[in-house]
Amino acid sequence: MIDFTYTLFIVLIPMAMFLLLGLVGHKMKSFAGVLGTFGLGVSWILSIITAYQYFFVAGKIEGVYQKIIGFNTVWLHLTDKLHIDMGILLDPISVMMLIVVTTVSFMVHLYSIGYMKGERGFERFFAFLSLFTFSMLGLVVATNIFQMYIFWELVGVSSYLLIGFYYQKPSAVAASKKAFIVTRFADLGFLIGILILSFNTKTFDFIALTDVNGAAIATGAGASFLGLSVMTWSLIFVFMGGAGKSAMFPFHIWLPDAMEGPTPVSALIHAATMVVAGVYLVARLFPIYAISAPEGLMVVGYIGCFSSLFAAIIACTQFDIKRVLAYSTLSQIGYMMVGLGVSGYGGHEGLGYMASMFHLFTHAMFKALLFLGAGAIIHAAHSNYMNEMGGLRKYLPITHITFLIACLTISGVPFLSAFFSKDEILTAAYYHNRIIFWVELFVAGLTAFYMFRLYFRIFWNKEPQYHHTPRESPLTMTIPLIFLAIASIFAGYIPFSKFVSSDSVPFESEIELGLAIPSVIVGLLGILIAFVMYKKETSIPDKVAASFRFFYRWAYNKFYFDELYLFVTKKIIFRYISKPVAWFDRYVVDGTMNGISAMTNYMSYQIRGFQSGQLQQYAFVFVSGAIGLALVIMYLLIH
Amino acid sequence: MTEGIPLNYFLVLSTLMFFIGIYGFLTRRNLITILMSVELILNSVNINFVSFNKYLYPERLQGHFFTLFIIAVAAAEAAVAIAIIINIYRNFKSINVEDADEMKY
Repeated sequence: MIDFTYTLFIVLIPMAMFLLLGLVGHKMKSFAGVLGTFGLGVSWILSIITAYQYFFVAGKIEGVYQKIIGFNTVWLHLTDKLHIDMGILLDPISVMMLIVVTTVSFMVHLYSIGYMKGERGFERFFAFLSLFTFSMLGLVVATNIFQMYIFWELVGVSSYLLIGFYYQKPSAVAASKKAFIVTRFADLGFLIGILILSFNTKTFDFIALTDVNGAAIATGAGASFLGLSVMTWSLIFVFMGGAGKSAMFPFHIWLPDAMEGPTPVSALIHAATMVVAGVYLVARLFPIYAISAPEGLMVVGYIGCFSSLFAAIIACTQFDIKRVLAYSTLSQIGYMMVGLGVSGYGGHEGLGYMASMFHLFTHAMFKALLFLGAGAIIHAAHSNYMNEMGGLRKYLPITHITFLIACLTISGVPFLSAFFSKDEILTAAYYHNRIIFWVELFVAGLTAFYMFRLYFRIFWNKEPQYHHTPRESPLTMTIPLIFLAIASIFAGYIPFSKFVSSDSVPFESEIELGLAIPSVIVGLLGILIAFVMYKKETSIPDKVAASFRFFYRWAYNKFYFDELYLFVTKKIIFRYISKPVAWFDRYVVDGTMNGISAMTNYMSYQIRGFQSGQLQQYAFVFVSGAIGLALVIMYLLIH
Repeated sequence: MTEGIPLNYFLVLSTLMFFIGIYGFLTRRNLITILMSVELILNSVNINFVSFNKYLYPERLQGHFFTLFIIAVAAAEAAVAIAIIINIYRNFKSINVEDADEMKY
């Protein structure tokens, strides 16, 4: 048995870096970046060692991957039964997430040294990146749902800090507030879910909660409310938190705006790691979902399915390249949710679960690559808008090749990583829910279309007048691109089902040609349409937009969801709920208090004349008092 | 030499002196006069001490000693009071008690 206590350092090193850079970073100047990157490099290497030891040496006992507690301590002791622990739980998905988070984070750190060079608040940026990495790592290794919730909020805070990094820019400030408030609102559901869940199961601990033969799962069948069991309700509430963090449909509005943050942040937080926390949460609680709350899983599946379609349609109409990528992220997370939603528990039934985790893994690589590539493009072209770009392939050869690889990957071109993972999701959907399958197949086509629309608009098409000739980025920025491109190509060859499965028992999964061929054809079709429309400057896109004028405008304005939310909050909630409440507070609650103080004030003004400063008046009052008292006493003595 | 004079006579005298002092204290505006009124009050008390001592406990001397103390303390107190009055005069250019009214609302 290997001692896994050292995994604690994976989490603690970024925290130490945060404290160090946050407190004394301003004295280090550009060295702060190198230091932060170095710290994460150490975490990364430790994660790789952990993964090796877990998957190949110590993790498997009799063919089943064990859940290993690397470290555990009671953090908040309330009673003997009710206590909140902090610890490190190692199981296939948490080890996989360690790899994902540290890899992407390390690449982003390295990239940021070049990207953020000379920016104001350089060391602050790295301190926040370390804070985020710490929180995210704490989240993935959480041993209990409460620890997860704590780190869940911490990643929310670091996301807020990083989106609002350019705090002089009002749009960035607004975006950071929006992200924080929307996710916080969703987290309310998460908290309610946790309370219901742990009230019923009497435990926070993940191992106890997800033990298939344990008491926790068995308690679910008990009470029911509105036709669904209490367990289902609690898990739907928990999923609400997950949907908020992963920007699934009703809470999706914050993610596109979050692109106001620096691009490396978008790559790390809003593409590869934090936004998949919702997927991870559902995966973490998957046995309960699958066994005692299948309806909850259905909700997950349908919301994922709808979000992926909805976001893909919007992505086709946007011009800000980062927003296109943001909607693409939404769409891909929708895929992962679908994967979980169409999965059963155990063996081949659990294909969807495995596929979802697989897609999470590959997506982290290629989407981080896309964002970092987009960062390099924005750096070179000084614009976020694709209509102000074109013909960049000549100027940015490395970025061009790596971006092309990422686009091919996300489009599901055979033998690149996403082909495998996406195909397995589609396979799982096909055997579980045909409607979802057809929708996702269509979304696969849309994905290929909008990604290649982006690609052709940036690298081909008509070249605009650039103010400065765009130049290739420095080495610290291109190395992460190249690394992630290689990862995007080869990550698909990892036999994922050997490592990650719903019941921790490795199984064989193979590509089903009958389902792979249509999805590839749909993908290629999408690429072809994009090629025809955007390879050269043509009038086709405008014509198409004109022929679907109504629908196009609708999608272009993101289906007016922002406006809808604003309407609901400003016109309804603020006017009919907040205003009366504010009135009550101002005039009744405050009024009482103000009345008391005004009364006291008035009275004291009336009697303040007594303190006249005239010595003889005081003496007179004193003497009269003394005489009065003497008279009273005399009277009492006589009687 | 006090044979035949009843105690009441002394008490009436001291009461009169006391209230004359109080009256002076409350009505005079000149600080020196106020100080003089205070001396009157003190002396009325002295008369009380001495006469009670003489009429009630002629074999003891506490009353007499108390009186001596009071006279000594009154002398010291008069010195302090006059010093204060001089300072007030320096500040207000007046020893009218009504002018020293800065400590008020």
